[in-house]
Amino acid sequence: MMRRLALTGLLLAPAHALAEMALNLPAPATGIARDIIALHTFVLWICFGIFLVVFGPMFYALWRHRKATGHVAATFHDNRRIEVLWTIVPIFILVSMAWPATQLILAMKNVGDSDLTIKVTGHQWQWEYEYLDDGVRFASLLATPRAEIDGGHPESAHYLLEVNRPLVVPTGKKVRLVVTSTDVIHSWWVPALGVKQDAIPGFIKEAWFRVDTPGTFRGQCAELCGIGHGFMPIVVEAMAPEQFAAWRTEQEGAAAKASLSAQAAANAVLSLDELKSRGEKVYANTCAPCHQPTGAGIPGAFPPLDGSPVVNGAMEAHLNRVFNGKPGTAMQAFGKLKILSDEDIAAVITYERNSWHNHVAAPGNIVEPADVAAFAAHQ
Amino acid sequence: MTDIAATHPTQHGSHPGGLARWLTTTNHKDIGTLYLWFSLVMFLVAGALAMLIRAELFKPGLQFFQPAFFNQLTAMHGLLMIFGAIMPAFVGFANWQVPLMIGAPDMAFPRLNNWSFWLLPAAACLMLSSFFVPGGAVAAGWTMYPPLYIQGGIAYDMMIFAVHILGLSSILGAINIITTILNLRAPGMTLMKMPIFVWTWLITAYLLVAVMPVLAGAVTMLLMDRHFGTHFFDASGGGDPVMFQHLFWFFGHPEVYIMILPAFGIVSTILPTFARKPLFGYVSMVYAVASIAILSFVVWAHHMFTTGIPAGAQIFFMYTTMLIAVPTGVKVFNWVATLWRGSITFETPMLFVLAIVCLFTVGGFSGLVLSVVPVDVQLQDTYYVVAHFHYVLFAGAAMSIMGGIYYWLPKWTGHMYDERLGKLHFWLTAIAFNVTFFPMHFLGLAGMPRRIPDYAPQFADFNMMASIGAFVLGASQLLFLYTVIKCVRGGKPAGDKPWEGATTLEWTLSSPPPYHSFTEPPQIYLEAPHGHA
Amino acid sequence: MDTPSPYYQPPPSHWPVVGSLALLACAGGFVLVLDKSRSGGAYVMAAGGVLLVVMLFGWFGTIVREGLAGKLEGQVDRSFRWGMVWFIFSEVMFFAGFFGALFYARQISVPDLAATPLIWPGYAGGWPTAGPGNAEAFTPMAAWGLPAVNTLILLSSGATVTWAHWGLLRGNRGQLTIGLTLTILLGATFLALQAHEYLHAAFSLHTGIYGATFYMLTGFHGAHVTLGAIMLSVILARVRAGHFTADSHFGFSAASWYWHFVDVVWLLLFVFVYWL
Repeated sequence: MMRRLALTGLLLAPAHALAEMALNLPAPATGIARDIIALHTFVLWICFGIFLVVFGPMFYALWRHRKATGHVAATFHDNRRIEVLWTIVPIFILVSMAWPATQLILAMKNVGDSDLTIKVTGHQWQWEYEYLDDGVRFASLLATPRAEIDGGHPESAHYLLEVNRPLVVPTGKKVRLVVTSTDVIHSWWVPALGVKQDAIPGFIKEAWFRVDTPGTFRGQCAELCGIGHGFMPIVVEAMAPEQFAAWRTEQEGAAAKASLSAQAAANAVLSLDELKSRGEKVYANTCAPCHQPTGAGIPGAFPPLDGSPVVNGAMEAHLNRVFNGKPGTAMQAFGKLKILSDEDIAAVITYERNSWHNHVAAPGNIVEPADVAAFAAHQ
Repeated sequence: MTDIAATHPTQHGSHPGGLARWLTTTNHKDIGTLYLWFSLVMFLVAGALAMLIRAELFKPGLQFFQPAFFNQLTAMHGLLMIFGAIMPAFVGFANWQVPLMIGAPDMAFPRLNNWSFWLLPAAACLMLSSFFVPGGAVAAGWTMYPPLYIQGGIAYDMMIFAVHILGLSSILGAINIITTILNLRAPGMTLMKMPIFVWTWLITAYLLVAVMPVLAGAVTMLLMDRHFGTHFFDASGGGDPVMFQHLFWFFGHPEVYIMILPAFGIVSTILPTFARKPLFGYVSMVYAVASIAILSFVVWAHHMFTTGIPAGAQIFFMYTTMLIAVPTGVKVFNWVATLWRGSITFETPMLFVLAIVCLFTVGGFSGLVLSVVPVDVQLQDTYYVVAHFHYVLFAGAAMSIMGGIYYWLPKWTGHMYDERLGKLHFWLTAIAFNVTFFPMHFLGLAGMPRRIPDYAPQFADFNMMASIGAFVLGASQLLFLYTVIKCVRGGKPAGDKPWEGATTLEWTLSSPPPYHSFTEPPQIYLEAPHGHA
Repeated sequence: MDTPSPYYQPPPSHWPVVGSLALLACAGGFVLVLDKSRSGGAYVMAAGGVLLVVMLFGWFGTIVREGLAGKLEGQVDRSFRWGMVWFIFSEVMFFAGFFGALFYARQISVPDLAATPLIWPGYAGGWPTAGPGNAEAFTPMAAWGLPAVNTLILLSSGATVTWAHWGLLRGNRGQLTIGLTLTILLGATFLALQAHEYLHAAFSLHTGIYGATFYMLTGFHGAHVTLGAIMLSVILARVRAGHFTADSHFGFSAASWYWHFVDVVWLLLFVFVYWL
């Protein structure tokens, strides 16, 4: 137990002072990541050796063959033998690097015989995970409060590298990822696992990993995907298979409970103020990066909500835009993709319809969770 | 060799003065000067964007800019540096030097040459004004990947048309250079006797003609997908976003060599001058440049190792990429052998070139590390890549431009530059460059993605270091501007040949050279390649 | 090269700057047209287009006059030939990009999508296709109708332009004029048939990757045929004005090389876009 704790501590370390000024790849958590580090070290030593062999003579010449010391220039300008030699020797050095690299590529690409398949979907700007074997599915998004980022004073222990719900995987099992996206290209990257896979909209790309020991591993989206690119981290929590099984059961229970409470929530009738205060929070985390806290948007890039015809128009159209998104833009299908709950959608729509210069006349100014549920059922 | 220094400028009718001279000029030296000033202005503008980037990244948290503007900074910094600063600067060198070095009266198509230049300000108008249109400038990275590029506003169309115009300029300029080199060499100067700088530009121009049209086609497809309902990069219509990356990097990788081969040419010209010894292995240098150019067409997918291309493709592109290390190594070895048993002095151009040999090699090594697919999987799209391409493009390309400027400025202006200021500029640049970019290797290894406006606190120290280095690096370039202006306006007379060890043809002319240099082609009698007297 | 004649140095010219302004106006106008919230773009574009035509007339007019004055012989003529060869090479690479897109779609992206049931259940792939998210039914262009006729037309036009060249070399200006006229007429017929094909096509630019590659490849080819036909018409006008001799006719050569180039591109189009 002690050992495991110590190990976990070590693996968690990158976020703390311990690993500041880190000079190398993060501590590996999979065999592949370990092999990558070994390969990198090998290549780096070769480079270092060549550097000495090439620049030793160069600096010697710069020191000894200066005009200032009275050195007279020689006149030679080629030497067939040495030229052939320094063309051929590098080829052998390259082969010594290419061989282990090829082995490792084949291992990394071998996604067969997996124990568990998880579908990873990139959205602007969160990750969605779906356990294909049992249908557990959730969105994972940045947990660092917006105010901390905009305030310019990071305080969280895992600033920008923390999420509301991590991806949970069992240790010792081969986890296959099928990676895709619904809008632009993202890239799912966790350094400690040795996995970086671009998420290409409309295509499935595969990757795999097998975590040795329990721990929490952090990564980030690695492909520029718009204004939220720096704000869609990845957190993977690896636990022993027994605990993972327990977690899974819990998820099923939670799903059942969630559907019950969703039912309850859907039936609940909230007041305008309740909806608005909840909607303000949802807006700040989900909508404000594009549409701005003032609702003014960014002209030419993201439309304003303040005074928007959609927001001030028929409730149906507003609901449709939030629920189904707008294809070809960063506007997600927040309802259809289950990024936001019915309750959150109702709250944020109500907030938008009653904020800034928007004053939609009653009763069109209030959207209840039940309205969203009805809309969803109608889809 | 005929005594061409005595050739007097010949008058072809009246030449307009003032602004009209520069707008209508058909003279390769005027046009070369225009290219160089244009690129210096763009270098400072794009450099200013880099200062803003480093200011935002000075510490964690968003201090100055929202992510939307930060992404514009990174994308436009790249686009302006590549298409506005580096490429035009090298074309400026080609304009000034190629006719002088091969004994030609001018470029083969002087009027077309003027157009190649004056297309650039048109493109620059589109690019720079895009900052002020609704939605701001392009914020999808200089690589313009769809579907992100499809989402953008009006600036994205402006950039597409700017790329078309820039492509036209590059293609016309390249055709001009190829034709000049193939058809206007002085009698007796066979291809294998050409100065190595001319060789590198011949091959660069060939690359330009081959790949700029592919880029033009690729951005045309972007335009069609954006506005005319095609599905080139949209899976629902049978297209593929990754297809753009294939097309882009089919252009993009040769583009890297377009920006580095002329730098090799400058290094290979300056090094022998100050070692007072002929370039070692001229023939193998030519073959090395040619093989780099050929290989550059079959390595493009090494920019795409994490897109999910099949293992076979990863392995193929890894092998071809590694192979490029062989001719590149040959060049570095030849440079070291050129220095060996020379009689070396350390004027400013030489200092720049020596720094390039070392620092470019560091960039070459990190390139080798990145060519290894499994390692690339960890490092792709991190600051390691940012470090790598700045070692190649700043320490390789931009510093060779600076070295070349110091080397030829006496010839072009007739004045010596201020050696003390030149050396100060060199040391500031070389040191600040390393302070800026060396820590980025560690940031990338530790897991910091590129193109992010904010980062986790464990990356803070190296980022602060990089930002401080960048501010010094940026400020040093103002010193460069001052030194250049000072030299243009006056200074110690340079004489025809200020560099004892220089051997190429331009040093036989007066400084500055006559308006039309070689109206009578000089007869070249050389046994060995030029510069091997 | 015993007595090298000085290489012709053209005097300063304002045409390049005019050309740059014209292209800037075209681009800026097009941007405004695309940005639907603004108006006036079409006028800016038209102004740019007019300016471009003026520039082309002015610039090429200057070159023609210089040629008639005998300034563009010998080494300058060789430069022009090198220049045209490399220009055509750049055009080849432009088409190579679009052919690359076609091959990529047919060999890589469409088969990949057909093997992705998780996202596109029931999509079978195959070529031609409108893509997995596009249920549109359409009839692809058949190769052995009009396109085959067009192939014959363009191949014959390649022969007539060569026949015209023989006439020029032998000093037979009648043969030259007839050959050129026939070539231009064949080109115009080709374009008319292409227009007919477009008007009666059972699919559009929006018909997935098939429609996109079909219209972009044939469209750019058609634009190049148009350009080639304009070049040949100018050459015909110059022939009528008595220009060109058996040993000095770069303009004719350049236009005919260009014509052969669009011919070869068509053959590739016929095979890969229409037939296979």
